[in-house]
Amino acid sequence: MSVFRRSKIRDSLTKTRHSFFGQIAGLLRGGEITEETWEELEALLVQADVGVNTTIALVDRLRTEVAKGRVRGAQALQDLLKQELLNLLGTPPPMIIDEPRLLTVVFIVGVNGSGKTTTIAKLAKYYKDRGRKVMLAAADTFRAAAIDQLKIWGERVGVPVIAHQPGADPGAVVYDSIRASQSRKADLLIVDTAGRLHTKYNLMEELRKVWGVANKRVHQAPHETFLVLDATTGQNALSQARYFKEAVHVTGVIVAKLDGTAKGGVVFAIAQELGLPVRFIGTGETLDDLAEFDAKAFVEGLFE
Amino acid sequence: MFENLSDKLQGILGKLSNRGKLSEAEVDAALREVRLALLEADVNFKVVKDFISRVRERAIGAEVMKSLTPAQQVIKIVYEELIATLGEPSRLNLSGPSPHVIMLVGLQGSGKTTTAAKLALTLRKAGQRPLLVAADPYRPAAIVQLEVLGKQLDIPVHSEGTEVPPPKICSNALKRAREAAYSVVVLDTAGRLHINDEMMRELEQVKAQTHPQEVLLVVDAMTGQDAVRVADEFHKRVGLTGLILTKVDGDARGGAAISVRAVTGVPIKFLGVGEKTDALEVFYPDRMASRILGMGDVLTAIEKAQEVMDQEQALKMGQKLVKGEFDLEDFREQLRQIKKMGPISQLLDMIPGMSQLTKDMAPDVTDKQMKMIEAIINSMTPEERRNPRIINASRKRRIARGSGTTVTDVNDLLTQFRQMQHMMKQLGGGGRHGRGGLKGLMSMLGRLGG
Ligand SMILES: Nc1nc2c(ncn2[C@@H]2O[C@H](COP(=O)(O)OP(=O)(O)OP(=O)(O)O)[C@@H](O)[C@H]2O)c(=O)[nH]1
Ligand SMILES: [Mg+2]
Repeated sequence: MSVFRRSKIRDSLTKTRHSFFGQIAGLLRGGEITEETWEELEALLVQADVGVNTTIALVDRLRTEVAKGRVRGAQALQDLLKQELLNLLGTPPPMIIDEPRLLTVVFIVGVNGSGKTTTIAKLAKYYKDRGRKVMLAAADTFRAAAIDQLKIWGERVGVPVIAHQPGADPGAVVYDSIRASQSRKADLLIVDTAGRLHTKYNLMEELRKVWGVANKRVHQAPHETFLVLDATTGQNALSQARYFKEAVHVTGVIVAKLDGTAKGGVVFAIAQELGLPVRFIGTGETLDDLAEFDAKAFVEGLFE
Repeated sequence: MFENLSDKLQGILGKLSNRGKLSEAEVDAALREVRLALLEADVNFKVVKDFISRVRERAIGAEVMKSLTPAQQVIKIVYEELIATLGEPSRLNLSGPSPHVIMLVGLQGSGKTTTAAKLALTLRKAGQRPLLVAADPYRPAAIVQLEVLGKQLDIPVHSEGTEVPPPKICSNALKRAREAAYSVVVLDTAGRLHINDEMMRELEQVKAQTHPQEVLLVVDAMTGQDAVRVADEFHKRVGLTGLILTKVDGDARGGAAISVRAVTGVPIKFLGVGEKTDALEVFYPDRMASRILGMGDVLTAIEKAQEVMDQEQALKMGQKLVKGEFDLEDFREQLRQIKKMGPISQLLDMIPGMSQLTKDMAPDVTDKQMKMIEAIINSMTPEERRNPRIINASRKRRIARGSGTTVTDVNDLLTQFRQMQHMMKQLGGGGRHGRGGLKGLMSMLGRLGG
């Protein structure tokens, strides 16, 4: 990063990050549950990009409980809402990426500009710090300077990057990087793929092919395929997740750019409808701005 | 869920087959669905609220047109209001002395760098000499990315590495543009969060140093509820003059367009519709409106409604025509109608006794010619359209430049139009030329822009 990079961002961001949660807390602290409480609850959920369907379903369930007399007062409603939100996120099994294995291959996929390459750099650092021998594959051979971008990150983290020329076959890059990983005894290979809109048939087919190259070379690879979502994205994220899951075996979601004011509430629907767990969150542009997703803490945070 | 908004409304309002005025109950039932559709399309919650109350005001008590069901009438109002909110398409403002400065701003990953290249290409096609400026020293390889694109397009890129602060890079670039006679400077600034004060201050400095004519916010079409906050903050800090919506080639409904328009009030200037550098389109509010509402079937309903409007309009125009008050505004309107509903013969059908004459005429006006004629008229000021006489040589040059045509093309159009006007008058007056005149008119339309 350049010399005049930000420093104060961090504090200004933590403030806003939980404002949505703060609002709900304020809303529910009031004591009595009125029609207004429901409306405001709905407003807050929708504005967090939770989505109309999920919001309505959520509020309806809560209403039923209240009507049945099973829940009385704002405190109990708050607890129930917490539980419901948690339920939507589910309890995913431990990550495959963390299992010991000779070579673990991880694919990073997503639409243009969602934050894939930056996330890869962060993941590389994260796992290098945890004693893994990491290598990166520059399989975005399409976007201008995508290879240079990953190489710079690789240098900063101190992990090797396997790359071909711009315009080269991404499948060949994957092939070579697997061989390089094996011969250099790396145990974690993270593959950067070109951003693509999920609705582009040819590009999704290409992704499937490149993914298949890894699948043929290493048993059960790619072991983990993360879809990187931009937290600012609205309901379209659901469509992205659906299409990418259909094309390749997506195993989890990483939400980037959660340091902004967007809440990324669409992941509730993604987790529930598609069974895709959120695994990490990105909270900035430096290598350390990555955190494991902790559902409990996240939902708990809603009420802080 | 909302693919069939019009079906849904038909279901709710269909039973009420009564004619006359829309009741409060009908409107509210319909607007509940519209509200959900807009939210699902990612239009901001508060923006939806305002929008719905505006529509409600217009809709309650509104007359249901004879040809429409109450459901269609509501959709028609919603659709019109959406189009109004989206605003008219608008061109780049390249007024004043060159070099003109265009500054692109936005969140990380919204598509600024690609858009900068696309804009430069568009500008060069319009006869400008663009200079691209790599003002993002932060994101790894952002500068190389712009340089690669510049090389592909053979458009020069000004860059100073990663150690010079962006305001300095930009003012240096402007100096260079002046010296080397570049006519437009396109600043590709780094993506940043709207709440990052330090980075927003940097944008203010870039603006202060370069006095851009255009400050364009580049917004990802997939953006959700937060679009309002982002746009609001950027607008407050650097005073936006326009918007570019990117990644429109996906399946996002694009409700953010409405949100951002509502917050900033500045026009949407372009749409990004692909990764290639030529994938930049002008923006059509009607297309975007039907997309946000959920497309196809909605459009069908509206088109039905539109037909009625067209007939009313055509009748009015027929009267104008007869009186010889037909101007270039009307002409353009007519071209649009033709595009929508076929040949000008339909207009002539409205003039009593003309239908027989128009039967055997098939004007040979191709789409391309039509587009060219429309582009020329679009480049005129309203004043010029109403009164083509004021179009002198310098105005012609401006119109040709604006429409990407030549002065000869503009001259042709004006000559033909004058003849047409003349002929119309004679027709209106029960003209002696009768049939021949009309035929001439048709073939004339065919020759225009040809
Ligand atoms: N604020 C913030 N910015 C991020 C985060 N993650 C990525 N970015 C920025 O988002 C922009 C795009 O990130 P990239 O990593 O290049 O995204 P990508 O998905 O690889 O993009 P393509 O390869 O072009 O599709 C860059 O400016 C990153 O610095 C994050 O968590 N927070
Ligand atoms: Mg990338």
